[in-house]
Amino acid sequence: MAKILHKEKLSQDVFLMRVHAPLIVEERKAGQFIILQTNEEFGERIPLTIADANKEEDSITLIFQVVGKTTTELSQLNIGDDLPVLVGPLGQPTHIKNYGKVVCVGGGIGVAPLHPIAQSLKAAGNDVTIIIGARNKELIILEKEMKEIADKLIVCTDDGSYGRKALVTEPLKELCENEEAKPDMVIAIGPPIMMKFCSLTTKPYGVFTQVSLNTIMVDGTGMCGGCRVNVGSEVKFVCVDGPEFDGHLVDFDNMMARLNSYKDIEKEAAHSCYVDKQFEKKLEETS
Amino acid sequence: MSNLSQAEINDQVKVLFDEIFNRTEPLKKKDQLRIPPQMMPTQDENVRRHNLEEVALGYSSEQARVEAMRCIQCAKPSCIDDCPVEINIPGFLKQIGEDDFQGAIDTIKETSLLPSICGRVCPQESQCQLHCAIGVANKDVDKAVAIGRLERFVADWEREQGAIQPPEVKPETGKKVAIVGSGPAGLVVAADVRREGHDVTIFEAFHKLGGVMRYGIPEFRLPNDIIDQEISTLEAMGVKFEKNFVVGRTRKLMDLIKKDGFDSIFIGTGAGLPMFMGIDGESLVGVFSANEYLTRANLMRAFDSKNSDTPIYHSKNVAVLGGGNVAMDSARMALRLGAENVYVVYRRTEKEMPARVEEVEHAKEEGVQFLFLQNAKNIIGDDKGRVKEMECLRYELGEPDESGRRRPVVIEGSEFILEVDTVIVAIGNGSNPLVSQTTPELDVNKWGNLIVDEKMKTSVDKVYAGGDIVLGAATVILAMGEGRNAAASINEMLHDEIISETADAID
Repeated sequence: MAKILHKEKLSQDVFLMRVHAPLIVEERKAGQFIILQTNEEFGERIPLTIADANKEEDSITLIFQVVGKTTTELSQLNIGDDLPVLVGPLGQPTHIKNYGKVVCVGGGIGVAPLHPIAQSLKAAGNDVTIIIGARNKELIILEKEMKEIADKLIVCTDDGSYGRKALVTEPLKELCENEEAKPDMVIAIGPPIMMKFCSLTTKPYGVFTQVSLNTIMVDGTGMCGGCRVNVGSEVKFVCVDGPEFDGHLVDFDNMMARLNSYKDIEKEAAHSCYVDKQFEKKLEETS
Repeated sequence: MSNLSQAEINDQVKVLFDEIFNRTEPLKKKDQLRIPPQMMPTQDENVRRHNLEEVALGYSSEQARVEAMRCIQCAKPSCIDDCPVEINIPGFLKQIGEDDFQGAIDTIKETSLLPSICGRVCPQESQCQLHCAIGVANKDVDKAVAIGRLERFVADWEREQGAIQPPEVKPETGKKVAIVGSGPAGLVVAADVRREGHDVTIFEAFHKLGGVMRYGIPEFRLPNDIIDQEISTLEAMGVKFEKNFVVGRTRKLMDLIKKDGFDSIFIGTGAGLPMFMGIDGESLVGVFSANEYLTRANLMRAFDSKNSDTPIYHSKNVAVLGGGNVAMDSARMALRLGAENVYVVYRRTEKEMPARVEEVEHAKEEGVQFLFLQNAKNIIGDDKGRVKEMECLRYELGEPDESGRRRPVVIEGSEFILEVDTVIVAIGNGSNPLVSQTTPELDVNKWGNLIVDEKMKTSVDKVYAGGDIVLGAATVILAMGEGRNAAASINEMLHDEIISETADAID
């Protein structure tokens, strides 16, 4: 059981919670995730990346978007309530070192897991450019926090209601093209389609690009293999080998198909991801 | 394996019961040899293929006493030698025959702590019943004394009496033992170590206890109530449980000793690393490891689709690859989840199948179709990346391989298409590397199994291991046997420590 210490609404469907989890606070590193259930008996297990940790109050920060039954139930819990199942930290931590110039790209809710990584990369001495993107101004999260870390922050919205009217891939491409700004490493976290196109964007420039995958998982300890992805010629388990992989090697199309394994039978109203649609639309337009 | 109704079984046993127990002259060996084996009453196959209720219903007390009288009390009983935990089998069978069920369960519990589980899931036909004199006399191992069914009978009898007496616990020693994993090995170690008065905490990664018995073995073979009962006995003994705790991640293994003051650790994390075929199409939507499929259905309760939030794939035609107990469990679960056709695809013949004969029979009765001497070549998907069909190859048996089984040889050009929308891969498990990866001090072999000495001690002092993490994928009872040995070593080590500490204190 893990007590909820703090809860706030970051945007329309996005919530931030701080949860009491002293052991996880002690062990967690940037890039790792937890698995939770809102109901011990019948609940589903969902993975969420740890967005931050606070040693004073022994809490981890979780940021989530309401997309299905479990996240809806989670959003209905309040300060003082107990989360019946919380296990972690799971997965391999991000490999943090001084690459030189790094670009961190976060899309939508993906800005949350990106935050501790950007923080660690900065602490390791990197020159950090952060690109954050969302559908509109209202859905931009953690701008202030990212600004504190970034040497340069670029904000994009699809509708132009804030920052630049662009998909995140546009400024990313410009940075790759610019000899002086060309990154030594890119890390992209967001919807699968965004990570796919960020990887496609950097590939021609030979810029090492990492992505953090959020697949279907059951146990999170390597036991079920539900999270498996094709990475190059290998099959990897996101829960124990990942969640971060070389974006140029990930088979995103297979991964996206697998993410939709249960779409037709999900009980909750089918969640249609706006970001996915926007990307698809724009890509159709540009191709 | 009986298709007789409960009423027919009852009538038959009544006659036998009178002949055996209401007679004037004593029963001779030749009379005993003539007693027919007692059939296990089962749920009707047409009913059970739609529910998760237990298939085997258990003996009546009359049946149990009649079956027990088939044992001729051999002078040198092979059954004891063939039992990994060396239960005094002739002893408890005799007590059942004498209507002393309490005595029988007490005898079993001298060496086995989880009889209601072992009685259900042990492969008795390859252990205690393998060399049974009655089976040998009948030239049929299936006609051996039904030791497992009788073990189950007395364990169930005790549970139905209401109060299970937890084993006695010696005075507290102040020593702390951590057990990693709440599967069969861990539970046995917990009981044995706690009995000596040590403080025991079991760490479990999942939100429910029981390990493979909970997530893997379906309720139609081993109901959750039975596991809960065994665990509540441990609780009554004072064993503590920490769920949602992944040792290696939530806390480093060695920190349990260094930071938390544990005096010893037992690692029983099992064989949870699913193997895949390595064929094309295995990443398609609709291909599952048996672990995932069964965990969704069992642990996450997806079978109860009204209440469970965890979805499970809706299948019409299912291929299960493999021939072991896990393959049988997966196939039978797929039927229960509504599949119309379930095929077990196995590249050898029925004779070589590692699954228990009883499970294969039950699967057949329920309508699982067996495709022997066939195997998957690749899996083919539709334009949405979902399984559409599976290309298979036919095999014939060639020369015996190192396991003594005749090696299946592919018949060139024998490709054919099997129309399926779901493929469940049940070809075994490797050892889960999580603990060894996060604990570099532990020595592992080339398969990733922890290396232990004859005392079940790992390469690290005070750290012991047993069960599938040492053996590779095996059985519940073998894990329990290993747990028993490890517990004895842990108890011995702690005892020595206490003695030397006391000596130091006196000095």
